[in-house]
Amino acid sequence: MTFTQDDKQQIIKEVLEAYPEKSRKKREKHLNVTEEGKSDCGVKSNIKSLPGVMTTRGCAFAGAKGVVWGPVKDMIHISHGPVGCGYYSWSGRRNYYIGTTGVDTFGTMQFTTDFQERDIVFGGDKKLAKVIDELETLFPLSKGITIESECPVGLIGDDIEAVSKKKAKEIGKSVVPVRCEGFRGVSQSLGHHIANDTVRDWVYAKSDKLSNEELGFTASPYDVSVIGDYNIGGDAWSSRILLEEMGLRVISQFSGDGSFNEVKLSHRGKLNLIHCYRSMNYLCKHMEETYGVPWLEFNFFGPTYIAKSLREIADRFDDTIRAKAEEVIAKYQAQSDAVIAKYRPRLAGKRVMLMVGGLRPRHVIPAFKDLGMEVIGTGYEFGHNDDYKLTTEYTDPGTVIYDDVTGYEFEEFARKLKPDLIAAGIKEKYVFQKMALPFRQMHSWDYSGPYHGYDGFAIFARDMDLALNSPTWGLVKTPWQTV
Amino acid sequence: MSQNVEKIQDHARLFHQPEYQDLFARKREFENCHSTDEVEQISEWTKSWEYREKNFAREALTINPAKACQPLGAIFAATGFEGTLPFVHGSQGCVAYFRTHLTRHFKEPFSAVSSSMTEDAAVFGGLKNMIEGLSNSYTLYKPKMIAICTTCMAEVIGDDLSSFVTTSKNEGSVPQDFPVPFAHTPSFIGSHITGYDNMLKGILTELKGDRTVSNGKLNFIPGFDTYVTNNRELDRILNLMDIPHTILADNSDSFDSPNEGEYVMYNGKTTLAETADAINGDATIALQAYSTEKTRAYLEADWQQPTHVCRPFGIRGTDAFVMKLSELTGKPIPRQLEIERGRAVDAMTDSQAWLHGKRFALYGDPDLVLSLLSFTLELGMEPVHIVVTNSNATFEEEAKALLASYANGKEATVWGGKDLWHLRSLLFTEPVDLLIGNSYGKYLWRDTKTPLVRIGYPIFDRHHLHRYTTLGYQGVINLLNWIVNTLLEELDRQTNIPSKTDISFDLIR
Repeated sequence: MTFTQDDKQQIIKEVLEAYPEKSRKKREKHLNVTEEGKSDCGVKSNIKSLPGVMTTRGCAFAGAKGVVWGPVKDMIHISHGPVGCGYYSWSGRRNYYIGTTGVDTFGTMQFTTDFQERDIVFGGDKKLAKVIDELETLFPLSKGITIESECPVGLIGDDIEAVSKKKAKEIGKSVVPVRCEGFRGVSQSLGHHIANDTVRDWVYAKSDKLSNEELGFTASPYDVSVIGDYNIGGDAWSSRILLEEMGLRVISQFSGDGSFNEVKLSHRGKLNLIHCYRSMNYLCKHMEETYGVPWLEFNFFGPTYIAKSLREIADRFDDTIRAKAEEVIAKYQAQSDAVIAKYRPRLAGKRVMLMVGGLRPRHVIPAFKDLGMEVIGTGYEFGHNDDYKLTTEYTDPGTVIYDDVTGYEFEEFARKLKPDLIAAGIKEKYVFQKMALPFRQMHSWDYSGPYHGYDGFAIFARDMDLALNSPTWGLVKTPWQTV
Repeated sequence: MSQNVEKIQDHARLFHQPEYQDLFARKREFENCHSTDEVEQISEWTKSWEYREKNFAREALTINPAKACQPLGAIFAATGFEGTLPFVHGSQGCVAYFRTHLTRHFKEPFSAVSSSMTEDAAVFGGLKNMIEGLSNSYTLYKPKMIAICTTCMAEVIGDDLSSFVTTSKNEGSVPQDFPVPFAHTPSFIGSHITGYDNMLKGILTELKGDRTVSNGKLNFIPGFDTYVTNNRELDRILNLMDIPHTILADNSDSFDSPNEGEYVMYNGKTTLAETADAINGDATIALQAYSTEKTRAYLEADWQQPTHVCRPFGIRGTDAFVMKLSELTGKPIPRQLEIERGRAVDAMTDSQAWLHGKRFALYGDPDLVLSLLSFTLELGMEPVHIVVTNSNATFEEEAKALLASYANGKEATVWGGKDLWHLRSLLFTEPVDLLIGNSYGKYLWRDTKTPLVRIGYPIFDRHHLHRYTTLGYQGVINLLNWIVNTLLEELDRQTNIPSKTDISFDLIR
């Protein structure tokens, strides 16, 4: 099915007709179709979601605890406030890590101050201080603590910074207060920013004074940090392996499978490689300004962009590294060729609609293209203007763009554009599967992965094939119903 | 070269390969981690009585709780009503979490909206968000009812739902006669079962019709029961007994809808009309006590309707239930139910030898725990550790009385308000044969090696268990199947080493 530019604009117009007028005027600014030669997708973004429309967005707490800080494995992250926020985000993101949970690592545990009414009335600072004491007793090997505030904490005037300073002195470990109440900002995005700022203010501010030796570290000319890969399904590992093979030394993974020591090391390399620009660009920019460490956004989805990124990374070093990067590309060529030879014939021409967070609405497009698939629509849950500019490198003209798409719009776009596959999140998955549309979760990799790197691309191809070519979709309609 | 295209390996095997194991070793150099010996030593210490005492001395810290917050239960209740859109007033992230949580468990779509309050609403209140949100929801999603509950943000700033709804209607967000029930559901009071209660009471209050003559029906409240097909089994039993009834509310289709190629947004089965008429029912029977306390009090006081609590789980529980039905309606217990009872008892006597005296730990919501205790006690099993994070004094008395009524219940301790980290200490210091709980129990299974029977909410890591009924005599078969076969599988695992333990690797058990 092909649609002209005008057809697609008309589809957007039709979908918008369902809204009350005031909301329609607001929503129409978030929807567009990309045009040839334009350096921007032409949508407004990072604006408050409309009430009552069923946004897919989360909150600042989700961005700070769930995304940035949560994966730092040897620290304890306290969900500070009522029980729910920590409960719903407990073990939900599959940030893989190596460690003995409950002893030296704590990633799949939930720690909460479990606010009761009296804590709202009298304040939670004393309880928080006590919680930190109890954590010290029970988990002596933890490397530090972060406190992620939930909505009430900011509303009742608690001073978690004062508690943090006091307790940090007492226990001799870092205690980082993160003011990520869910009402702050318009999405999880502000939570990323707030968490980034706490690294600057509460970690670097102290760790700057430590020598490399004190951090158990000797610098080398080929040191890099991997920033903003949360190691979902092991993504950071299938990326790291390529960087190491090309002769670089990864001194820090921040934060997937990351340790607190690696957080402190993150600005001591020669180059910061940023995977998720949206959630960690603030810190990368800070590291560039303050420590002179440049950063580079790379893309390890699909062999075309992996090779491109490996070369871009190598160009920041020397001929030795450049030569090794070529060796790595050559080494994996056969593996990728075999994957494409097997799966491209099964997937070529299939049309995909994407809707994810972070970097994926643009970065996974090349992996689909390597398999001959076409991304006909994409959008960010919580993207900003710069994301929509960066997106044009990846999209074809005529791609439908939807920012902070509502449940209604997404369903209607799918009904009208008739994609073969939808790739979005868990809240969307079963809506579309009930429409007999193949679906893959693009946040959690649908419990599969890794999808990064050459090893990940093979899994990605396998998974797209099993989603699209499952015989179960053919069972949805009864044989006696007329087609 | 890690991938072979003919046998592509994902995370479950890929990282076991040597190149990744080497990578992990290289990474460790930058972690400044504790020595293996130290980790091992602390790990052993966490299993000790000394650690247990420190763990139980906790006064402020909660670790791995077995409870969620109010609005989750509220929207679970709301979705059982016809054409109902749950609307959560407050920060929007909460709704993303609720929808995610319910969807991960049921593998079904779940629709709910938020009023998306942000910092300005924190200062000025959320009235504007409510007015705009109701208008958007009503226009876009065409519900028959919008059921409002709150997040803790709206509660802390003191938003008054009653006046907000009135103002929104006056502003034309929804028609004056459009039902907009509401419930204040602060997450710092109670848990998800409290939210279920508050929302249900709010909806019944809003939809209440005129009190006229008896409609000859009984009303049933399932409670926060995530085995939603229990509603279908309940309906079947009531039809067998020829008892006219209304289920308040039946969300079985909301969480178990057919795939026929069309997405249907609203699947709540209880109509607004029959809900309005429920006031003319002869009595209301709640299948849970602690998720229906306020609702029952309201029905007794305002509807002047008698209420009863019956938990139709296990043999004795179901016996009491059908006898109560017979008593209230004068209808006989049909032969069909006797046959089903006989089959369930037959299955229990077949398996009892493997279960008698088996010591187990159990955690979950109060009513679920009581139902499972009743069933396991009548099987001859021995409960030991009973952890209920969202406990209360009445529940604890009820549980203790039930345990005291069985000789095999004497060893049990009810640990109210404790969490799964407490349970970890209990399992290490006083080991048991079996653990019953939700998916989070898998961490206890890994650490303590106690075999886990997954019963409860959420269950994220096994498929389709929620599609089975646990209610009535038919439900007995499913519960029994899960429990006994988990033990038998464990026995196979313990006896599968050739020439060492496999002497007992029996074909027939």
